[in-house]
Amino acid sequence: MCGYVLEMYGITKDYYGNRVLNDVILKVRPGEIHGIVGENGAGKSTLMNILFGMPVIYNTGGFQGKIRFCGVETAFASPRQALESGIGMVHQEFMLIPGFTVAENIKLNREPLKSTWLAKLAGGRMNRLDWPKIISDSKAALNTVGLGIDEMLPVAGLPVGYMQFVEIAREVDKQGVKLLVFDEPTALLTEAESEQLMSSVRKISDSGVAVIFISHRLDEVLRLCDKITVMRDGEVVASMGASDPGATIHRIAELMVGREVVRPSYPKRTTDPGDDDIILSIQDLMVDMPGEEVHGITLSVRRGEILGIGGLAGQGKIGISNGVMGVYPAQGRVIKDGTEIPLNNPAEAYRQKLAFLSEDRKNVGLILDRSVENNITVAATLVKSMFQKTLGIGRMGIRIRDKKSARKFSEEMIRDLDIRCTGPSQLVRRLSGGNQQKVCIARALALEPEILLVSEPTRGIDVGAKQRILDLLVNLNREKGMTIILTSSELAELRQVCDRIAVIYGGRLVDILSPDDSNARFGMAMSGRRAEASELTRRPTAS
Amino acid sequence: MNLHGDRQQVDPGNPMLRTGLRMISRILNAVGLPRLIVGGFVVALFVLGRIMDLPLQNLLTNSISRFGMNAVMVLAMVPAIQCGIGPNFGLPIGLLAGLIGMVSALELGFSGFQGLMLSMAMGAGLGALLGIGYGLFLNRVKGQEMMVGTYAGFAAVSLMCISWLMLPFKNPELIWVLGGKGLRMTISLSDSFGHVLDKLLSFKIGGLVIPTGLLGVVFALAAAYKLFEMTKLGMAMNLAGQNERFARAAGIDCDRMRVVGSGISTALGAIGIVVYAQSYGFIQLYTAPLLMAFPAVASVLIGGATPKEASVSNALIGTLLFQSLLATTVPVAQSVIGGDISEIVRLIVSNGMVLYALTRGRGGDAADG
Repeated sequence: MCGYVLEMYGITKDYYGNRVLNDVILKVRPGEIHGIVGENGAGKSTLMNILFGMPVIYNTGGFQGKIRFCGVETAFASPRQALESGIGMVHQEFMLIPGFTVAENIKLNREPLKSTWLAKLAGGRMNRLDWPKIISDSKAALNTVGLGIDEMLPVAGLPVGYMQFVEIAREVDKQGVKLLVFDEPTALLTEAESEQLMSSVRKISDSGVAVIFISHRLDEVLRLCDKITVMRDGEVVASMGASDPGATIHRIAELMVGREVVRPSYPKRTTDPGDDDIILSIQDLMVDMPGEEVHGITLSVRRGEILGIGGLAGQGKIGISNGVMGVYPAQGRVIKDGTEIPLNNPAEAYRQKLAFLSEDRKNVGLILDRSVENNITVAATLVKSMFQKTLGIGRMGIRIRDKKSARKFSEEMIRDLDIRCTGPSQLVRRLSGGNQQKVCIARALALEPEILLVSEPTRGIDVGAKQRILDLLVNLNREKGMTIILTSSELAELRQVCDRIAVIYGGRLVDILSPDDSNARFGMAMSGRRAEASELTRRPTAS
Repeated sequence: MNLHGDRQQVDPGNPMLRTGLRMISRILNAVGLPRLIVGGFVVALFVLGRIMDLPLQNLLTNSISRFGMNAVMVLAMVPAIQCGIGPNFGLPIGLLAGLIGMVSALELGFSGFQGLMLSMAMGAGLGALLGIGYGLFLNRVKGQEMMVGTYAGFAAVSLMCISWLMLPFKNPELIWVLGGKGLRMTISLSDSFGHVLDKLLSFKIGGLVIPTGLLGVVFALAAAYKLFEMTKLGMAMNLAGQNERFARAAGIDCDRMRVVGSGISTALGAIGIVVYAQSYGFIQLYTAPLLMAFPAVASVLIGGATPKEASVSNALIGTLLFQSLLATTVPVAQSVIGGDISEIVRLIVSNGMVLYALTRGRGGDAADG
């Protein structure tokens, strides 16, 4: 037996000059449950990709640092090698074949075989499956994870939670597994299922297998794990034993988020937006957006504010704007200034003076192979019949595109928003991410909206341009009094510009926080826990 | 050249050569390979014709009149591509509407210019209706429009083969000479509206006949469509075809736009066959429209369209290239090898172009390095 199953030293990784991991150290003992927590983009997945030797790592220039597995220095060149050496992975998305039975899935590619006379003649491919053994092994594995289902059921009809267990059973069944990685295994499970999962994780670790448990649910991590590593911005910010006195949800949440937020001094308003003037009221909104489902959110937007919507990826924050704008199927009620906006009808949302900057800039936000001018003006023409002129005599005439006014408006926008392009007729595809985003903003401005819904405005934009986009949004808010709903995965960005920040978890609203609230409060809200007042007073965040 | 030299950088050579190469690649990108090949081939045929001492005026006259005959049917591809259903392989549906329009006009006793106009109006009206139905049908088979369209066209033609026999037409000019029931295979238009457009205001310059009326109709329709492109509906339709997700987020009902596009395309197809028939001098019924979608699709693609993007100029340029090619192959090939290979060339080019389009999503000018 070795002292540590896994040792990773000084792991550093750049993606195209962008440092995503910096000098990360991770050590895991046999039989230990080691939790890794961190926000999206903290580097957890990259670290696991390195451990597994995923092609994405090698295709982007490899990594620096040392990995020792069972005391032997290794660097797995492919996931297959990692698996053969005894590292198992339970995936977040299910790697199961729906049409196969549970037992077949558990034994997939490792089926026990029975020799046949044909195989003696024609080689191993002619061996028969050893069904009794497949069934008994599967039973045993399912028992270990505590899932009492018929192993001959097809996977296709199983509840989502069960599939996760089948996946785990498959890893447990593998012989010689020394380290098992769970990547957010409870993300899709109900509470009871999570409990069951944790008890099976414990059983697995009791048998001497080391476990790396990646999760957003801090309370789970704290209860289950022996050791906890907190990552932030590609670095390990803390590593602690779960029984250490410092290991509280509160402290971990703080470490996870804890970044100094510089709040630039944006101009003050004459009157602050308040609850007595609500411009948009969202009631029981449910949105069926794959990967970002919203399960009933009620939220009031104050006139003239910048409301932030934050939360981890996949928790449903992006679904809200998409649902309100009718881009994805939604249910519930959205009321603007007393009039209900019919859902699932983007045209109607535009008519009610809402405008939307999609998170999917390259597909939904822009038409890449059209000119800057066309991108800026086309929506306004379609929705509000702007940039048109009448061709014909008297009352007999048709309304057609007016190139002159469209050109004039787009030139104005290029100047006002400082869009760097060779001119209105340049193709949008040729612009940089930041300038493409500005084109999107210009397009929204052409609609003269009262409420601007902005989704991930700085995604895929370089650092300098990010700030310019944010400043631009704040300007619109202050100068034109435009109400802005800003959805972003980057909490720091939300805290910089927003008046209030709604934190979404599991498709539901957890809390509405002030940007000045403590890191701990944000951290806990993002992992789905609303901080109680008592908890916060007991442990003030002075530091 | 170094055959194994893919690791070695190619020697940039002198700057002249480099700029030359860059210019060639730019021209290639702008014009597109298929247009370059077909265009070059057409020019070569004209040169060859000159060498073989063929009357150049005849070749040109032929090319122009063939262009006029076919251009409207190719134009019908543009709305279909723009609205997102892709090249309209279901064009025979529109052609059938046009045929019904023509035989109805003849049955009602109209001839001359009136007959032509009535045929177009009835054909276009019926075509629009059928096109709307066809569009609704295509909305159920999204992503397979080309395949489904081809067979929808085949099925419609076959169905009409029965109908031509059954329909109670009485005009002796239309029905079989011997039997009393059913329409003829080929109906001559020489007594009704054959060549009325071709002859309208036509003139001759140095042996070159310009069919003014025919070209006038083609360009009028092209201009009208250009105008439609600039309206809100036209823009919305174009957007729906180009980027469905963007269009939907902008509040456009993409399915409706597809129906609109299919309706316009089918109506244009109906007008197209009327124009074609008057120029040809005959109405061809039964299986004649079966394969007529392919040359039209090929033409618009040669003109630079892709299955996702097309413009009026793509259609016009493509028709001119494709039809000039066909018009010049016959006489030139005859004088060179003494046989008629025009049909073979037509098949190679038109089917080749369709194949090219199916394997390539993007065309020459839209290709991004």
